[in-house]
Amino acid sequence: MTWSATARGAHQPDNTAFTQQRLPAWQPLLSASIALPLFFCAGLAFIGLGLGLFYSSNGIKELEYDYTGNPGTGNCSACALADQDRAPPLRCSCAWYFSLRELFPGPVYLYYELTNFYQNNRRYSVSRDDTQLSGLQSALRHPANECAPYQRRASGLPIAPCGAIANSLFNDSFSLWHQRQPGGPYVEVPLDRTGIAWWTDCHVKFRNPPLVNGSLALAFQGTAPPPNWPRPVYELSPDPNNTGFINQDFVVWMRTAALPTFRKLYARIRQGNYSTGLRRGAYLVNITYNYPVRAFGGHKLIVFSNISWMGGKNPFLGIAYLVVGSLCILMGFVMLVVYIRYQDQNDEDEDSE
Amino acid sequence: MAKINNSGQRILRKKEKQVRYLQANSRELNSTFGYPNNTIKTSRYSVFNFLPLNLFEQFQRLANAYFLILLFLQLIPQISPLAWYTTVIPLMVVLSITAVKDAIDDVKRHQNDNHVNNRSVLVVMNGRIKEDKWMNIQVGDIIKLKNNQPVTADVLLLSSSEPYGLTYIETAELDGETNLKVKQSISVTSNLEDNLGLLSAFDGKVRCESPNNKLDKFTGILTFKGKNYTLDHDKLLLRGCIIRNTDWCYGLVIYTGPDTKLMQNCGKSTFKRTHMDHLLNVLVLWIFLFLGGMCFILAIGHGIWENKKGYYFQDFLPWEEYVSSSVVSAILTFWSYFIILNTMVPISLYVSVEIIRLGNSCYINWDRKMYYAPKNTPAQARTTTLNEELGQVKYVFSDKTGTLTQNIMIFNKCSINGIIYGCGYDKNGQKVKVSEETEKVDFSYNKLADPKFSFYDNTLVEAMKKGDHWVHLFFLSLSLCHTVMSEEKVEGKLVYQAQSPDEGALVTAARNFGFVFRSRTSETIMVVEMGETKVYQLLAILDFSNVRKRMSVIVRTPEDRVMLFCKGADTILCQLLHPSCRSLREVTMEHLDDFAFEGLRTLMVAYREVDNAFYQAWSKKHSEACLSLENREDKMSDVYGEMEKDLMLLGATAIEDKLQDGVPETITILNKAKIKIWVLTGDKQETAVNIAYACNIFEEEMDGIFIMEGKNDETVRQELRLARNKMKPESLLESDPVNTYLNTKPQMPFRIPEEVPNGNYGLIINGYSLAYALEGNLELELLRTVCMCKGVICCRMTPLQKAQVVELMKRYKQVVTLAIGDGANDVSMIKAAHIGVGITGQEGMQAMLNSDYAISQFRYLQRLLLVHGRWSYNRMCKFLSYFFYKNFAFTLMHFWYAFFSGFSAQTVYDTWFITFYNLVYTSLPVLSLSLFDQDVNETWSLRFPELYDPGQHNLYFNKKEFVKCLVRGIYSSFVLFFIPMRTIHNSMDSDGKEISDYQSFSLIVQTALLCVVTVQIALDTTYWTLISHIFTWGSLGFYFCILFLLYSDGLCLMFPNVFQFLGVARNTLNLPQMWLIIILSVVLCILPVIGYRFLKPLFWPADVDKIMNRIHLWTRHPLLPPTQTKLRHTRPRRSAYAFSHKQGFGALITSGKTMKDKQAVLAAHHPKGAGQGPQKAGLRPKPRGSGRRKALRVTRGTHRSEQLGRWASTAGPEDRTNAPSGGAAGGKARSDHRLRGCRGARTLPTRPERRGAPACPSCSTTPGGRETRPPAPQPPPAPSPPARSSPTVSSDCPCGDTPQLTRAQLYRCIHISFAGPERAQRPSSQPRDRGGGFRTASPSQAVGALCPFGPWFRSWYLPESG
Repeated sequence: MTWSATARGAHQPDNTAFTQQRLPAWQPLLSASIALPLFFCAGLAFIGLGLGLFYSSNGIKELEYDYTGNPGTGNCSACALADQDRAPPLRCSCAWYFSLRELFPGPVYLYYELTNFYQNNRRYSVSRDDTQLSGLQSALRHPANECAPYQRRASGLPIAPCGAIANSLFNDSFSLWHQRQPGGPYVEVPLDRTGIAWWTDCHVKFRNPPLVNGSLALAFQGTAPPPNWPRPVYELSPDPNNTGFINQDFVVWMRTAALPTFRKLYARIRQGNYSTGLRRGAYLVNITYNYPVRAFGGHKLIVFSNISWMGGKNPFLGIAYLVVGSLCILMGFVMLVVYIRYQDQNDEDEDSE
Repeated sequence: MAKINNSGQRILRKKEKQVRYLQANSRELNSTFGYPNNTIKTSRYSVFNFLPLNLFEQFQRLANAYFLILLFLQLIPQISPLAWYTTVIPLMVVLSITAVKDAIDDVKRHQNDNHVNNRSVLVVMNGRIKEDKWMNIQVGDIIKLKNNQPVTADVLLLSSSEPYGLTYIETAELDGETNLKVKQSISVTSNLEDNLGLLSAFDGKVRCESPNNKLDKFTGILTFKGKNYTLDHDKLLLRGCIIRNTDWCYGLVIYTGPDTKLMQNCGKSTFKRTHMDHLLNVLVLWIFLFLGGMCFILAIGHGIWENKKGYYFQDFLPWEEYVSSSVVSAILTFWSYFIILNTMVPISLYVSVEIIRLGNSCYINWDRKMYYAPKNTPAQARTTTLNEELGQVKYVFSDKTGTLTQNIMIFNKCSINGIIYGCGYDKNGQKVKVSEETEKVDFSYNKLADPKFSFYDNTLVEAMKKGDHWVHLFFLSLSLCHTVMSEEKVEGKLVYQAQSPDEGALVTAARNFGFVFRSRTSETIMVVEMGETKVYQLLAILDFSNVRKRMSVIVRTPEDRVMLFCKGADTILCQLLHPSCRSLREVTMEHLDDFAFEGLRTLMVAYREVDNAFYQAWSKKHSEACLSLENREDKMSDVYGEMEKDLMLLGATAIEDKLQDGVPETITILNKAKIKIWVLTGDKQETAVNIAYACNIFEEEMDGIFIMEGKNDETVRQELRLARNKMKPESLLESDPVNTYLNTKPQMPFRIPEEVPNGNYGLIINGYSLAYALEGNLELELLRTVCMCKGVICCRMTPLQKAQVVELMKRYKQVVTLAIGDGANDVSMIKAAHIGVGITGQEGMQAMLNSDYAISQFRYLQRLLLVHGRWSYNRMCKFLSYFFYKNFAFTLMHFWYAFFSGFSAQTVYDTWFITFYNLVYTSLPVLSLSLFDQDVNETWSLRFPELYDPGQHNLYFNKKEFVKCLVRGIYSSFVLFFIPMRTIHNSMDSDGKEISDYQSFSLIVQTALLCVVTVQIALDTTYWTLISHIFTWGSLGFYFCILFLLYSDGLCLMFPNVFQFLGVARNTLNLPQMWLIIILSVVLCILPVIGYRFLKPLFWPADVDKIMNRIHLWTRHPLLPPTQTKLRHTRPRRSAYAFSHKQGFGALITSGKTMKDKQAVLAAHHPKGAGQGPQKAGLRPKPRGSGRRKALRVTRGTHRSEQLGRWASTAGPEDRTNAPSGGAAGGKARSDHRLRGCRGARTLPTRPERRGAPACPSCSTTPGGRETRPPAPQPPPAPSPPARSSPTVSSDCPCGDTPQLTRAQLYRCIHISFAGPERAQRPSSQPRDRGGGFRTASPSQAVGALCPFGPWFRSWYLPESG
């Protein structure tokens, strides 16, 4: 009824740059003089970067061995066969012999690699309780529902650490032996098993529950280890700073992989004579074969690798940069040709209009 | 009840349910019927029901309902891959934004309602007057209304301060007409006057129809003191009217609140949806299908995976108990993916669209260049949901009066006794162009002059001062012959109240030149003649009617002479002239030609001195005719005809119907933007065509103009086909693609494609032919023909037809229509069109209230469309393209990841990223894009209307563009997934730790995604304001801040299960790989886009691209002056005749109703003649001097007092019902010289032709009007003085002895006998050169042929004069 202009307060609108849509602005234009040089420059830069990445990646040495033990692939086959009837895992060892003709420059890192292992499966990756792992007492006794079916034992005891991820902790172990002279004795190469996890993980995210009477075992009293574990979580390592939830192997395992093929750091070789790398000679990796992967068609690999300024060996980035750089330059040429040809034509059109 | 029924009529009893009973002053009885009180409620919510009701309404929207369902799905833990908050938070935000907007709107409505409901009104209660609030008024109450008060409810008029219970009201709010209307109470109640005792004792019972929305219909019966009185709508004051010119009146409340006609008419306005909305709905449906398809593929993948791998992986990941097989798992996964991929349907799409439209509407409200200072009104976007459609308009349907024209009439020129006045000449005799600086005529000699009146020719004033007899008589006749009412609140300050603006202009002109019409009574007219007050006795008013096209007054001068003054359309008047005036007539006709050529509205003025005895005899006949019961109309017109003959010509007036400022320029620009403009007017054809030429809708160089005036189906069809044959002959062939299309696809919604004619054509169609054309099988014929024309004029349209035309266009054409108008008669088309634009402040509020956009000047339309509309459209399209793209890129990543995560519905991102992506990270940049972006600034937009073209064809966002977005999205997601995936695969950081963990991968991917979409929007942005920079780059920076917050130690340790990404930011952001990935992804994603954008205009250059190039060139080199689009002002073509208004107040004035004649009132109240008393009295001339005289006063709101002469509407709805014969026949009689069009569908002459309406009655009645029929032989003209000449009025033919005559005029006099025979009935195809015809015609035919003389006449005699 009274919806009139006056009801709204009919005033002259404000004369501001904002209301009048006159805000000062920069109006870039994708003209040929910008686009073409851009393409060429980007192309050249990419090719340069790509070459650098490619060579630095190529400079990295990698040594890997599949010890899954599929029939006829080496001496781990026996263990692999044994693993058919699973729990309790048999103590089985096998070995991988290799020799280096020259120095494997250090620092050398020892990884294990699993394939076809879907750590990124949604149901798998949610099957954990971060509250429990952060050492909260109440969560220790009452694991989250996501952990099911590894939430509680049949007896009703809460599982610590709960969940499928923890339950499937990788439990093969490796030791490296070096034979300096042919026929000589094998000397164990010291493996640094610490510093393999993120600092934030083993110092902030993962924490043991508060000690009871100075004992970690008492703190975990009233909980049961995951079904697949032969020993409770507080006995993962004799080192008190590396046991319980903050055991670095465990922490590394709990950082689930994004892809079904993944490597995880096992140890660093940086001590004593081996700080510069693995010297030439024969080597033996003694493998304690526990982890069953053949059931689901997985593979287990052991990998020695060194790294460059930008990490491990992965030629992809370098190749990708080279390809994209070339594409840029190619596009640039195409555009240049088209531009010269059609611009003239369009100009003619305009003139003739 | 029983009582009422006793006296009730049978008819009413039958319809008992539809009848309303009430008794005055009896609240008890009335309350039993349960009528509502007078409260109105336009608000939708109250405090309590707001939340549930609003939520309910919101969930009725498809998208919201979808997300609600999604929310429930997410609550099922077995299938939910996402935390509940990923959906809840966005949904809450979206819902609350909408809720807040609704709440604000509703609060406004509440305030409005309260304001209206709490107005106070005077109620009669138990013999006293009590003040009460509007909302407390009940049915049956008697209320008192005062002058200038709005009417509280629908009330039955009981009595008023004016005689006979007359009450004047203004109905601007109801129907938009600003002229006064008279309501009259029945005599029995007007007797009650303001006697409170009688009023409170009044116990009349009313039976009437139940509430309905018909404004002009009301039937009821009042039972009072045992007698029945019929009631009609003349006795009902409707809510929304305003009392004018009446001190007070009493009324009985009949309908209250929601039952009032006003509220019944406030039907829920249909919610308009834009094409974009429809497109969005379709696209959302497509997305759903696409989504379903993807979910299905992924579910199958999951089934296979579980079968092949998952089954064997159970050692580490046992199946849930409820999963018995991989099939069950697959079904569950389907829903899981359904949840994950829900972001394909962007939740914030609708709310973002609303925000953008709101913002762009604000720009319209804020635009100073659409602010009209004289009325202090800015443009107003009343609907905030249609903005982008403003950029797509293809057809504009415009009203004429008040929209293209100002509806202000200005007395511009006149021809008095063969001398033309008004074309200002300077000292050298050169014509002066009137501009601001031109000196105005000084009217200081006249104290009563209207200061706003301006005239530029001093010669007229000089003649006036000299006492030129003819000039005096001319203005005397103007000051007497009218039905204007005057008001003089302050001494000397006259305000005229005219029925039509033309009339007001004439009387005002007379006033300024010294013949001031000061006041009138029913029997006298007081005129101040050059300072000397004279009173003329008004003997009769022979009022205007559409058939007569003239009006006359008969007055007795103070010298006791009876004089008749007449003014009217020249075609009519020239037949009534005394033969002695012939030579003057020729001169005047020539002047009329000139006036017409300038597009002025012309009238002829004549007088006649009447013998007293003759008058007495005539008066007797007149009274008899008045009282006759049968054929009164005919008898009256016969009697009038007897009086209106042998008139002596005085001269002619020319009134300028002012176009609104900038109308021709605007239309030219809109035409260049390929917007077709149709004029839909209720006005006559001549007027409409004239205006069409004046404002460039028709142009001189058009290839042809077709006139459709068929009177039946067949002729209309023929006319349409012939027109089409001319424009595009092949379209009539069977093989024409459109015909084949129409033949093959008859089922409904089909669209007629655009057809291109072979030239520029115009078309005129009148309402009658249109009525046939709109019927069934002619519809398509009409549409195809009409759409090929560049300009279309539809005249004599009823409001309904206006809407029908718009609907027709909407139905068969995939185009956006815009209707613009200012009056109540435009409301239907404003509502029907996609966009309704109301012009504010011309004819009331009705059009504006129903419009989507309100502007105050037609010229603002170009800005509204070409600047705001174009920007809105471009912005909306950019927004949608980008919005869909970013969501596709975002969502499809899950699809790729499924192949590497066992199709387990694992998300690629952190849940918080999913929650915030649309809402926080990407919302501001896209908002800044869609609120600030301008591809070219407003100046270029207006200079190159061609830039508007892409919007009309919806080129910037359609299904094709959507698919492009999808492809881009797929490509981007592919790049964004596989590059990080391949890079991190088995990769380590420089510390030897692996970087291929899920959380790092998430972070890398989401950061890369955000960078890519930000760079994409940066590419889309062409207008980088500071705000754009802040929003775009700020959002990206903000993302990193949030990242550190969400992944911080504190938050993660507090809720370890909610914030699981502890430390990921710190560990991952310093990886060189991550930044290399981002650079690579960005480049790879934008490379094709840049390439495409660069190459497309080179390969397929569109017109727009060329213009853009040109603009960029000019912007870079500002020295190059842009070619100014020069407007060529074409001269208006033809004059229309001023009389387009309806019956005046003539009957009312002469009826003497303004006199409070006690006796007459008493007589009228005599039970026997109760019903007819006043009317009878009205027809009889009142005895002179009896009773109390009272000058008719017309009061009006002071705020309008300055708008003199603009008051009355000439385009009111009633106007359309007038007989169209004049217009239609006028078109027929028009001859056709430059026949360019085809024969059958006649083309209008593009050269001006003066004679519009047929001069000879025989012409107008002959069907087709083109037969050559020899005029009846007449005696040769004898320039002899008229029989009844008076000593004071020279009746000599001025031709012979008036010294002022020009040479040409003298020649005319010499050749008059040869010039005479020219006839109007020339066949339309007759060539221009017609000398032979002239000479062979016998001079004896001269007098009989009163038909028009065109310019060809001049061409014939002028050479001889040389």
